[in-house]
Amino acid sequence: MPEINVTPLGAGQDVGRSCILVSIGGKNIMLDCGMHMGYNDDRRFPDFSYITQNGRLTEFLDCVIISHFHLDHCGALPYMSEMVGYDGPIYMTHPTKAICPILLEDFRKITVDKKGETNFFTSQMIKDCMKKVVPLNLHQTVQVDDELEIKAYYAGHVLGAAMVHIKVGSESVVYTGDYNMTPDRHLGAAWIDKCRPDILISESTYATTIRDSKRCRERDFLKKVHESIERGGKVLIPVFALGRAQELCILLETFWERMNLKAPIYFSTGLTEKANHYYKLFITWTNQKIRKTFVQRNMFEFKHIKPFDRSYADNPGPMVVFATPGMLHAGQSLQIFKKWAGNEKNMVIMPGYCVQGTIGHKILNGQRKLEMEGRSTLDVKLQVEYMSFSAHADAKGIMQLIRMAEPRNMLLVHGEAVKMEFLKGKIEQEFSIDCYMPANGETATVTTNPSVPVDISLNLLKREMALGGPLPDPKKPRTMHGTLIMKENSLKLVSSEQALKDLGLNEHQLRFTCRVQLQDPHSDPDTLQRIYVHLKSVLKGYTIQHLPDGTVMVESIVIKVSSSTEDPNTKVLLLSWSYQDEDLGSFLSTLLKKGLPSGL
Amino acid sequence: MKLYCLSGHPTLPCNVLKFKSTTIMLDCGLDTTSVLNFLPLPLVHSPRLSKLPGWISKDGTVNLEKELKECAGRVFVDSQPEFCLPERELLDLSTIDVILISNYHCMMALPYITEHTGFTGTVYATEPTLQIGRLLMEELVNFMERVPKSQSATCWKNKEIQRLLPCPLKDAVEVWTWKRSYSMQEVNSALSKVQLVGYSQKVELFGAVQISPLSSGYSLGSSNWIIQSHHEKVSYVSGSSLLTTHPQPMDQSSLKNSDVLILTGLTQMPTANPDGMLGEFCNNLAMTIRAGGNVLVPCYSSGVIYDLLECLYQFIDSANLGTTPFYFISPVANSSLEFSQIFAEWLCHNKQSKVYLPEPPFPHAELIQTNKLKHYPSIHGDFSSEFRQPCVVFTGHPSLRFGDVVHFMELWGKSSINTIIFTEPDFSYLDALAPYQPLAMKCVYCPIDTRLNFHQVAKLLKEVQPLHVVCPEQYTQPPPSQSHRSDLMLELQPPPVPYRRCSVLNLPFRRRYERVYILPELANSLVPSEIKPGISVATVSAVLHSKDNKHTLQSVPKPPPVPPSKKRKRVMEEPPVVQAPKPLLSGAVPLEAFLATLQKHGITEVKVEETVDGHILHLQADDTLIQLEEDGTHIVCDNNEPLRTTLRDLVLRFLQKL
Repeated sequence: MPEINVTPLGAGQDVGRSCILVSIGGKNIMLDCGMHMGYNDDRRFPDFSYITQNGRLTEFLDCVIISHFHLDHCGALPYMSEMVGYDGPIYMTHPTKAICPILLEDFRKITVDKKGETNFFTSQMIKDCMKKVVPLNLHQTVQVDDELEIKAYYAGHVLGAAMVHIKVGSESVVYTGDYNMTPDRHLGAAWIDKCRPDILISESTYATTIRDSKRCRERDFLKKVHESIERGGKVLIPVFALGRAQELCILLETFWERMNLKAPIYFSTGLTEKANHYYKLFITWTNQKIRKTFVQRNMFEFKHIKPFDRSYADNPGPMVVFATPGMLHAGQSLQIFKKWAGNEKNMVIMPGYCVQGTIGHKILNGQRKLEMEGRSTLDVKLQVEYMSFSAHADAKGIMQLIRMAEPRNMLLVHGEAVKMEFLKGKIEQEFSIDCYMPANGETATVTTNPSVPVDISLNLLKREMALGGPLPDPKKPRTMHGTLIMKENSLKLVSSEQALKDLGLNEHQLRFTCRVQLQDPHSDPDTLQRIYVHLKSVLKGYTIQHLPDGTVMVESIVIKVSSSTEDPNTKVLLLSWSYQDEDLGSFLSTLLKKGLPSGL
Repeated sequence: MKLYCLSGHPTLPCNVLKFKSTTIMLDCGLDTTSVLNFLPLPLVHSPRLSKLPGWISKDGTVNLEKELKECAGRVFVDSQPEFCLPERELLDLSTIDVILISNYHCMMALPYITEHTGFTGTVYATEPTLQIGRLLMEELVNFMERVPKSQSATCWKNKEIQRLLPCPLKDAVEVWTWKRSYSMQEVNSALSKVQLVGYSQKVELFGAVQISPLSSGYSLGSSNWIIQSHHEKVSYVSGSSLLTTHPQPMDQSSLKNSDVLILTGLTQMPTANPDGMLGEFCNNLAMTIRAGGNVLVPCYSSGVIYDLLECLYQFIDSANLGTTPFYFISPVANSSLEFSQIFAEWLCHNKQSKVYLPEPPFPHAELIQTNKLKHYPSIHGDFSSEFRQPCVVFTGHPSLRFGDVVHFMELWGKSSINTIIFTEPDFSYLDALAPYQPLAMKCVYCPIDTRLNFHQVAKLLKEVQPLHVVCPEQYTQPPPSQSHRSDLMLELQPPPVPYRRCSVLNLPFRRRYERVYILPELANSLVPSEIKPGISVATVSAVLHSKDNKHTLQSVPKPPPVPPSKKRKRVMEEPPVVQAPKPLLSGAVPLEAFLATLQKHGITEVKVEETVDGHILHLQADDTLIQLEEDGTHIVCDNNEPLRTTLRDLVLRFLQKL
């Protein structure tokens, strides 16, 4: 029985360093290749030694697919391809291909230049790695090789995020990456057709959350920012340069416009302008409204949002600063946080999920004293707010996607075990399908039961459809007969006669002639007539003929009568039939041996 | 499989393919050459045009002075220009299931087909094709609607009258089908039926047919189409290019193994080299500007213009044209320039990699930023105050019958220092200029047509090897003006099947197989046996289910257990239920081995007698004969059922079952 194996190397009952191995129909595919924000050691990257202990991965993988540009989905890519070694194709969408190397370079700079780590990938490695990337278009069917095909679907979440459908023969898997089922201010909602995969591998970041309406959350967010500004506080919003940042920028920009606010809004890092440029060039990946109006007004040209300079952090008066990275684990957002943390007028708004081990995660859990590097501690006095703006599907969204795709099995990754457990129960109950949630390094196996595609000769099919009528009777199914010819990789179903012809075989006729002795005191023709009448009454629905040459034919079985030379009352019947009529022939010989009923 | 040909124009095709119970329209081209028979529509009142004399036949019997005007010895219809539509009577357009669009130039008749005909199907096109096609339609409607002309001339169309008219009106075909432009409302309604597809996306139609667009290299989002089932493949090639311009390169390999290849949209300028034309274009432009003249480039607002601007971007500085203003005037100029920058996925590799930087893929962004190129929706408004001469103006419509170009013809036509440079290949430049004669302006003809030429197409066909090629009849003979150029036609073996407007072709291929799926339960129950090395067979008895054009084979359901019959004694007399019929047999029964087998089963007294065709075995103990021959075995016995079945099974051991 064919089976599909799914092994997470990362993101199994965890969020971070997404990396999932799928083997399907003899092909091995790596889905995402991310890093873990919560670790600074070996655990930062997936454990590729699971695939092979020594040497390169090229011969073990048919392809690598990256779902989107977030580092927890692509951060380990140059390490995997250049340091461990992989030369096969890496698939990602155009926006991901454009933005991913910039974030990787950023990540490298922070790790190597700032923290001084060695044994890390270099700028050149990022470039070499990106040369192996093959861009994917939405809905395009890409033939990785003769048997393996992949197709990308829109996933929302961030610019260029994609879900992938992976198909080998009639077996298939869908991997969602991160996705969002509700359209937001700059992106559309994820969509997939009813592709009925054998397994749907879904993220489950918000497995237990059912979020209130987005409008409420937005209003809440604006209210909090506004209040803080009013009382002269500073608002820090840690974000990743691309993604939620643009969403919140659009939100604040329109609010500032409407309320005629004057407090400055800054966006940290030089990436802003570049980031917005990407959004303009990849406008076809944003939502319908932005796409429709971009010629008149480009939503990514902000009037109120200015680039941030390090010195501004000490400026007096209120301000709003978007700073990277989003989980307060390094870089500018952390620096500003340290500066502002002591003042209770200030506020930090965490707009997304924070991985365990990051400062973001700690303060969200209410920690008020933070141990910093060099044994110093930091008192957190500023207000800490959490608003889920990360564009992940919530429980409702996940269920909605299952309804869309109608998978035969479900597999959860990219979430916390306890929450997954809860969702798993709900899925199994509502859809009556199996739901798996393997931990890292654990393999989930699903056996599939694929139909076998066969080429049927049109003659045979048409004959059968004509006989069966347009609507076959479900109570009396018609049985169709044919011969399946298996030659190399082709399977052809033809009529038996055709099969003989196609294979250049002669037909071998097997015939039987049976002598049956019968006591019947009549003339030969009369006996024959009596046999005819008898068979007519017993065999309903058969073609029975009394032919002028002195034979009776039942279908193609020939019956002749002659008298015994010794006793004219003893008749010798000769029944002759071919192997194709074996059942009927055997039945007739047994029947006639019992004699004819006297009532004839 | 049938092909209905609704358009006679080889580069603006409209064909309908009936294939496996689906009806597929391939392109929806609108033949606009008909507008050359009409007077230009000036944006501002033109005393010259309004004073043209009406036409009266020489003998004075036919007076159409209201409808027809004479200009420089030619007769023009004075009415809103009309287009030659695809044939609408050849088949019922409401039966069309889908329309496949290959590029934005080949969809201009869409509203005529999808509106007011009962069409309820879906139109498939790529996103750039839809967006730019919408712009071109919007522009066309705008050109027509901003200079409304109430007069609609119909008298001249009367067959009796048309016969008497001078050329070319006399020879105009299908004049009764000519129609005015559609409205924006009809455009919106037509385009709302478009479903977007990406290259190499596979779309299932009713489970019977799969369609897939392929990059054709001609324009942004332009595609060829594959229409196939599991066993038959039709390729539709329309407007393809192998030159490296801005679009993604043509996907050639996916066209391989086609049963039928429908070939349309070859270059209209088989003897003009696009690169040479581009050089000539630049030189003439520079020469005119240096001499203090203006340059007018009548063009479509999308397509080759992007390449012209890119070429000029590199040329401007070297030719010292840095201060010359370039104007692009069209109601959709801005949109066209903006849209060209957002379709990175559909561009050639070079342009794609620019987006990764991130930089706009086309350099006209920089021309606009540096104020070298300015765009305006029309000559009215800002343009009239900002306009400086000498300058270069890109504007439509290339037929010179409507759009802002008409104004510039009137404005600049009388001076010989100005130049008009034709770059679009769709219209004969002499015909286009006819209503403006006499003309002092210089005319340069640099048609740029990047579509496949005959040499390239011959090479392509050799590469992809279709079994049959269908093409417009124009491609099967040299062009009339160059009848000695036998290299300007398709020469193939077997010769291509030509079509013309209103042809109905029976396409020459036979379907022999269909895909059916054997469900796992049945598949597992099959018992294959090897019949020749590498070839196995298995007999299949199954129930066929057909739904949505998908066929599956299931195991035969087990009959429900027979309820215990009351008339037990009669059970034997129930005739056998017809089960799976016995398979056909093949092979031969070898004598020695068979005798050995008989012996093993205790049948020892066998007398073998040789005959002409084989042997007769006489089982003396049982008075039974077995006749063994090359292609048959005959068992003759008394009514001894156990013996007969034993013998039967022993014989069957040596035979193959099919």
